Amino acid sequence: MSGATFRPSDAVDFLVIGAGAAGGVMAKELSTAGFRVVVLEQGPYLTEKDYRHDEIKYLYQPGLTNDPKIQPITYRKSESEKAKPIKAVEYGRQVGGGSVHFTANYWRFHESDFEERSTFGDVPGAGLADWPIKYADLEPYYTKAEYDLGISGVGGVNPFEGPRSKPYPLPPMPVKSSGVLFDRAAKKLGLHPYPAPMAILSKPYQGRAACVHCGFCESFGCEMRAKSSSLVSVIPVAEKTGRCEIRPNSYVRKIETDAHGRVTGAVYFDAQRREIFQRAKAVVLCANGAETAKLLLLSKSKRFPHGLANSSGLVGKYLMWDNGGEALGLFEHPLNEYKSIVATRVSHDYYRADPKRGFYGGGGLDARFDYYPASFALHGMPPDAPKWGADYKKMAGEYFTHTMAVLAHTSSLAVLRNSISLDPDLKDRWGVPAMRVTYDYHPDDAATMKWMLSKQVALLEAAGAKKIWTTSIAVEDMLPSRHLMGTCRMGNDPEQSVVDRFNRAHDVPNLWIADGSSFVTSARQQPTATIQALAYRAADYAIRSVKG
Amino acid sequence: MQSTRRLWLSQCIGTAALAEIAAAQEHARDAVRSSNPPPFQTLDTAAAAEIDAITSQIIPSTDGPGAHEAGVVFFIDRALSTFDAELRGAYREGMAAIQQKRQEMFPESASIAALSAGQQIQLIYAIEHSEFFDLLRTHTMYGLLGNPSYGGNRDQIGWKLIGFENRGAYQPPFGYYDAHPDKDSQ
Repeated sequence: MSGATFRPSDAVDFLVIGAGAAGGVMAKELSTAGFRVVVLEQGPYLTEKDYRHDEIKYLYQPGLTNDPKIQPITYRKSESEKAKPIKAVEYGRQVGGGSVHFTANYWRFHESDFEERSTFGDVPGAGLADWPIKYADLEPYYTKAEYDLGISGVGGVNPFEGPRSKPYPLPPMPVKSSGVLFDRAAKKLGLHPYPAPMAILSKPYQGRAACVHCGFCESFGCEMRAKSSSLVSVIPVAEKTGRCEIRPNSYVRKIETDAHGRVTGAVYFDAQRREIFQRAKAVVLCANGAETAKLLLLSKSKRFPHGLANSSGLVGKYLMWDNGGEALGLFEHPLNEYKSIVATRVSHDYYRADPKRGFYGGGGLDARFDYYPASFALHGMPPDAPKWGADYKKMAGEYFTHTMAVLAHTSSLAVLRNSISLDPDLKDRWGVPAMRVTYDYHPDDAATMKWMLSKQVALLEAAGAKKIWTTSIAVEDMLPSRHLMGTCRMGNDPEQSVVDRFNRAHDVPNLWIADGSSFVTSARQQPTATIQALAYRAADYAIRSVKG
Repeated sequence: MQSTRRLWLSQCIGTAALAEIAAAQEHARDAVRSSNPPPFQTLDTAAAAEIDAITSQIIPSTDGPGAHEAGVVFFIDRALSTFDAELRGAYREGMAAIQQKRQEMFPESASIAALSAGQQIQLIYAIEHSEFFDLLRTHTMYGLLGNPSYGGNRDQIGWKLIGFENRGAYQPPFGYYDAHPDKDSQ
């Protein structure tokens, strides 16, 4: 917390909205290139000293994520329903954003992800489209992200991944029991398991200590600074330039424009709920796949009556999120999966969509344990187990240490009706219209999840599990969803997309939108590496275009 | 064991990080500092006794300590006094409904706490599909297995029950299968 300080009346070179995975990268790239940058973050500025191993704070309560008590969200399955208050989407809400509490999976997209419309064909009821860029366009930026942030893994061992220009900067994390069992079973089935690429330090890196395997990764902040969030990697570099101010507790309600249709800055509420207008020569919107769309829809004006950058009408549309079911297995010997990181082995054998399956879709699999003591007792036990009493107590005593999961990360199709919009009635604590989520599975997404579950069960069987059970994949049971993508899709045609191939808004020459919202397809989840690679690439082009 | 771990850590990550390890372990120690049994802030003694009687059947004290010894009811009182204050009404109404059910089932009884263990279990079977029982069960699990600084999980009773060590830092191997990577699992 030691950057520059700018006055709201100073027209800074770039105003970045959102200090998360993408915003942190933008802050670093733009400030190190010599520009003056203000980053507005709606959440607080916490550090490793604030984090606790406390399930009650971070799982029972929204310690590091959006809080529906102050910012309600409404949800409905279809446009004909009245949306009801429910926390349908979840995202990080502090400096560092979701990269603070994420599991730290760091998968690159495959070459095929950028051209699925051409290779797979049309999917009725979905807006499947090719990206306007290819994997090769993004490859240098994936590499840059991996080295800037600190990613552990083994390059070249996933036979389905695209070519890499460099190996990972750090060796893989030590394998856990779940990884050993998964590895063994997958090979037995003729699959190609490989060490999970993780944004967690297996060795000290750039002044940060290595992971001590405390086991509190997913949903928690890392008190060791070993998880490679933007908070501990790129944001300190940005602040060190003396040209970047990270301004927390600053909730933006509108991006302002001038008579020429150019953005001039943003109006936000500060911690005391005073409205402040920060001037800027350009704006970079990195508020996540849900909040970015909400803010553009809120930023209506005479010139932009349907919301800023929305001449296509596609702002908020094509919402995609994290699909995939979980299968769990009980084993004879203790696994103690609560120790160390969540996932250590992955398979991409079922990743690519194959028309022979009869539906579009595919998924990646990982061996994992994403539970903590209370959450396992409540949600991790088999559905046929007693829910209370002496027998339940006895089972919980065995299951917590003897259980592992195989999680599928499956495709989420872009469907026009799945969207972020403004709730017509409900307002948040600042008087801003609440976010309304409309979402239901495309039938192929549901088919993919079911098909993947059979593969997950087969893996656990091959691993020798004594008992296997699966979690519900009903959409209601999967809320809140994360990995928010697609609501400002990228494309060459301004009528069919919101941003161009360099993440600049088609309609506004000095507005960039770089986060999950610009995704054209969801790939197979794990969007963080691609969000950050896109941010590096967008920064590169923004710098060139501003410098001329 | 402590010296062995320190040695391993210093080999793996360099001595510069030892201060940070200590900080990580401090997190683990923080978590086990149970507060002294406080007086109830929100529940009255009678209500607390009734809640204790029910949650003590959710995790009974058979084969070792359960919800009662872990102080689950103290956690519930803390929750209703702080982050779950808006659930006080749900507790009042939920407990009233359970009392009504008790009177229907056991008209001679004066309280849930006064029922026999067998009767308490019968009573729970009659209400286990209600929304309020879901809430009670959720609170029981967080009170049993959550951070002891909220008044529950006394002496780490819950963590000991499920085998969670709470050491704040571990080293491989973590479990049986990564300790024996070459053994066939069959």
